[in-house]
Amino acid sequence: MIVNVENPVLEIHDLTVTYSRKPVLWGVDLTLPKGSLVGIIGPNGAGKSTLIKAAMDLIPKSSGWVEIFGEDLKKVRKKISYVPQRESVDWDFPASVRDVVVMGRYADIGLFKRPRKADYEAADYALKQVKLSEFSNRQISQLSGGQQQRVFLARALAQQADLYFMDEPFAGVDAATEKAIINILKQMSEQGKTVVVVHHDLQTVTKYFDWLVQLNTRLVASGPIEQVFTQELLQETYGGKLTLLSDVSTLMHTQQLPVRDKT
Amino acid sequence: MDTLYIISTGAIVAITCGVLGCYLILKKMAMVGDAISHAVLPGIVIAFLLSGSRDSVTMLLGAGILGVLTTFLIEFFHTKGSLQSDASIGVTFTWLFALGVILISMYAGDVDLDQDCVLHGEIAYVPLDLWILPNGSIMGPRTLYISGFVLILVLLFVIIGYKELYITTFDPAFASAIGISTVLWHYLLMGAVSLTTVASFESVGAILVVSLLIAPPATAYLLTENFKKMLWLTAFTGMLVSILGYYLAVWIDGSIAGAMSSVAGLFFLLALIFSPSEGIIAKKLRQQKLQPNNS
Repeated sequence: MIVNVENPVLEIHDLTVTYSRKPVLWGVDLTLPKGSLVGIIGPNGAGKSTLIKAAMDLIPKSSGWVEIFGEDLKKVRKKISYVPQRESVDWDFPASVRDVVVMGRYADIGLFKRPRKADYEAADYALKQVKLSEFSNRQISQLSGGQQQRVFLARALAQQADLYFMDEPFAGVDAATEKAIINILKQMSEQGKTVVVVHHDLQTVTKYFDWLVQLNTRLVASGPIEQVFTQELLQETYGGKLTLLSDVSTLMHTQQLPVRDKT
Repeated sequence: MDTLYIISTGAIVAITCGVLGCYLILKKMAMVGDAISHAVLPGIVIAFLLSGSRDSVTMLLGAGILGVLTTFLIEFFHTKGSLQSDASIGVTFTWLFALGVILISMYAGDVDLDQDCVLHGEIAYVPLDLWILPNGSIMGPRTLYISGFVLILVLLFVIIGYKELYITTFDPAFASAIGISTVLWHYLLMGAVSLTTVASFESVGAILVVSLLIAPPATAYLLTENFKKMLWLTAFTGMLVSILGYYLAVWIDGSIAGAMSSVAGLFFLLALIFSPSEGIIAKKLRQQKLQPNNS
């Protein structure tokens, strides 16, 4: 089930990506509405990270095209930000928390220029939002996993982009940090920014997101959460994984309860 | 005066190599300098075959082109062949070096041509190779001018591209996502490394260049966690290496390049043991403090 929208923020058409002949993504067609908080779910190896990387043109596509804000990616790069997986960088790198967050301003600063006072202020404000102000001068090697994740989030916030791609921002963070991060994401979405998050935990899907993309090499579903978070579609996405499926069905039951209460 | 020439050439090369080396070790590509030193051999042979002369400018040009090609191939095997970057470095320079050996044995066997004629410079000869103007006035050692020129180029490059080099070294994926070309900055850096390596080989010799590319940055890396401080510390260490290395060589009456490299190695060892943050002693002390029964 694939729901399409008018004037999408992100439009992906017939996207196929292959790593050494094996397709990782196959014929993905989808559109995402502005201001939505989008979760991308699917089993391991389903191509979730690949989808957002291909959308940003970080990896070569075998076929298909991507339009963001109705334009070619090259023209709108500055309005897009990215929160990579935490493990993708070397945290022993000689940099302070502030150094990393200011990197979010680099696209705006432009070539050959140095960050100015306003850029540092934007970085400090972003650090305040993720509650890391007192860590501003700390070396990144001395941070915990959850703090590292918030540094990456702050860097993206400092960029003041309109579309955010986040690759598993909740991986390895404690419950309090996860809650703090999701609150920030919800605020961003209220401000009309679109946030696309690769997510793993099915338990929290309905609480966190308003739009859901289900992926398993092919696109299984894309649409408003209440329409596509159904047992049949989840079964199709995670197909064959029996233990998981029973988890999912109990999950469906527990999550239907509050909905009934409301009516 | 000769002493001053040798020490200042050594210091200039040390700063140039060290600054670039900081980026290389953080990119985990420290052995690129070593790779370039071997891989340029076919470039030298082809330059000789095309020009028929053993003039050092022609050879430097040939070596320089091959140096850039080497870094290109390393990157190509790494990204397109999905080979680890260290394996990619190893494969690239060994076959290019072998290609050079074959070319020599086939076409240039009767000419005295090998890496020595361009690459294995000797820093002790710096004061002998003078730049003399047509009117006969002596301007001082030629290598001092060459290495000084390369130093200025490299410093300009690092100052102008500071933020781009910093972000593409730390987080290439994020840099690409916000529109900073990782590929462009990678090749600019590798081009600078290639130019520096080839130009410095001629003036100070191979071991010293490879050592200066890695040892002072590695030393600085252990001493600080601030990148700007790391660059300054590297430059400072490089200068000390040059001065102390020279006097060590005079004292033992041995090879200057060898002595400088040894001093660089010694500095690294000292940093490894005594560094306040990463040093072995500091770590031991911290461990003891953490032990509960240590009262």
